[in-house]
Amino acid sequence: MDFMTLIAIFDSTLRYATPLLLACLAGLYSERAGVVDIGLEGKMLGAAFVTGGVAYVTGSIWLGLLAGTAASIALSLIHGVASITYHGDQLISGVAINFLAAGLSIVIASAWFGLGGRTPSLPPEARFQNINLPLADTLQNVPILGPIYSELISGHTILVYVALLAVPVTWAVLFRTRFGLRLRAAGENPGAVDTAGVSVVRLRYYAILIAGLLCGLAGAYLADFAANFVKDMTAGRGFIALAALIFAKWRPWQAMGTCLLFGFLSAAAPYLENKSFMGIEVASQFIDALPYILTVIILAGFVGKAIPPRAGGQPYVKEQ
Amino acid sequence: MKKMPRWADVALIPILNLLIAFIISGLVLLAIGKDPWAALGTMIDGSFGSSRGVGYTLYYTTNFIFTGLAMGIASHARMFNIGGEGQAALGGLGVALILLAVPWPHWTLALPAAILFGGLFGAAWAFIPAYLQAKRGSHIVITTIMFNFIAASLMGYLLTGVLKVPGKMAAETAKFPEGAHLPTFHEMLAPFGIEFSKHAPANLSFLVALLCLYVFWILVWRTRLGYNIRAFGESESAAVYAGINPAKIIIITMLISGAFAGLMAINNVMGEAERLIHNAVEGAGFIGIAVALMGRNHPIGIFLAALLFGFLWQGGAELQFEHQIPREMVTVIQALVILLTGALDNMVRRPVEKLFIMRYKAKGL
Repeated sequence: MDFMTLIAIFDSTLRYATPLLLACLAGLYSERAGVVDIGLEGKMLGAAFVTGGVAYVTGSIWLGLLAGTAASIALSLIHGVASITYHGDQLISGVAINFLAAGLSIVIASAWFGLGGRTPSLPPEARFQNINLPLADTLQNVPILGPIYSELISGHTILVYVALLAVPVTWAVLFRTRFGLRLRAAGENPGAVDTAGVSVVRLRYYAILIAGLLCGLAGAYLADFAANFVKDMTAGRGFIALAALIFAKWRPWQAMGTCLLFGFLSAAAPYLENKSFMGIEVASQFIDALPYILTVIILAGFVGKAIPPRAGGQPYVKEQ
Repeated sequence: MKKMPRWADVALIPILNLLIAFIISGLVLLAIGKDPWAALGTMIDGSFGSSRGVGYTLYYTTNFIFTGLAMGIASHARMFNIGGEGQAALGGLGVALILLAVPWPHWTLALPAAILFGGLFGAAWAFIPAYLQAKRGSHIVITTIMFNFIAASLMGYLLTGVLKVPGKMAAETAKFPEGAHLPTFHEMLAPFGIEFSKHAPANLSFLVALLCLYVFWILVWRTRLGYNIRAFGESESAAVYAGINPAKIIIITMLISGAFAGLMAINNVMGEAERLIHNAVEGAGFIGIAVALMGRNHPIGIFLAALLFGFLWQGGAELQFEHQIPREMVTVIQALVILLTGALDNMVRRPVEKLFIMRYKAKGL
């Protein structure tokens, strides 16, 4: 395998990792505040559909992104009303949101475009442009570092950079601000937050709104990347993001590492499939299942225990 | 303070939830420019208007009874087994393996074997998540989700590999032997002079499903194990005081749950397809969640909810033909039912409770 192939694999690693990372960080905010979110998949899917539809109709990916994110936030709010306001089961609410998005996206898309549940292809001007970082062309011919900079780091759409930037921002917000401290406390010991006179309900709503925003970006990325919306186009990425979140033990930098790892598995799959290693042939299905298998192993606590936020999954009921 | 009467809890609230789900679905149909009443008419006609429709409705109902029971038993131990989909897929594998391995002379011999293997394989797929929950505290919801995906990959691998008929394109096993054919409703009802459609997949498994509902009732409310499961579900700490071993209850409950899900394979794999096909479960595992929630984890409720979703599935297929409304409309209704009965239950329950309390006060109770 030569150097340029490697660059190509890492390049697509970034592309695969971007929606995972955005969704994973969405889950991070939500779960750190004590709201378990298995509806990441549905929110991404809803956002992908609305982005695809609106971007096609208006001819602007930015309006698509805006509308898609609004759709994702709306789904987040349903989750919030059910699980924060009405103290409902967060898991069940998440499951419902996944089905709601899966169903509504097809029903509305069929009625809207009559294409059997997909949206029309976006013309190039209604998609995000690749951003060429400064000096990318000039440095192209520098050995080793040139291709790394101009092929791998430069030349992605804006959401790739947004996702990467979201990692330090998330870290700083959660671990270096008062808001972040309170948000994490709402997920560990909501009673104490309440005693301090801070509203747990409001904190949790903020968290799920941020989660909605990030899932919206993830969905918009998928619609833009594929240049349209198709049925079930998230294809379990919301759950891989959830797996990555657990794998990363609910920490932002580790989340990035895990999403890059899972992205790498997808990117490298075509090169690994049906090749044999030590006499064993690698089936493509095995590579598909690997993120899930790794997560189960992590969950089992064999490779360092993954301990979720302590109050995660429990509705906070104020003492009377 | 006296709360609601029991009938309100078991009947009124679910019916109100369902009504709201239907109203919202109707609004969605209006919004996309379709007539909800015409759609409802088509669905009722398509699912109950002919013996073929009834046969399809009851076929789906059978699937949902099994997955509903799987969810229900886990819920009694306050566990959320979201892995019914994978467990049912593995049940299919068990059924296919045993039916292909032996040249079965007659279904009376094949069915018990299929029940045994379907149940065993389903239970086995639930075992690892159960063990990890019981012994290592790994959250059962997350592990069962992961196991659904792992199951899908595994089945894809097997059906495109060792189980595939060599030389054929389709990712499916060979057809099961003639002797493994389960009587369909058409064949079962013909001796009584009843003409039932030949083209409907409803088969003897429906009766097995009804039997399982009864077994479920006996198990949960008439055995020591059922008592332990319910006690554990009510309060883990109280159960521990009563000498119940939590790890044991978690594992046993999940094994039973996985077995119920796996049993679905006698209907969709043995009864209908008569071979193992790709993605044979078709989301029935997830519908079990809605069925158990709506049915309040009680056999009668599970039966009625399974029938409702059987109607929705069959009727939903007709919507596609008649009104160009995609079948996914049923997924929307399913989502709303899960949301309203499972997560937004308090939204309906609290006002209804208040109404009853006001009435009690007015009567001076």
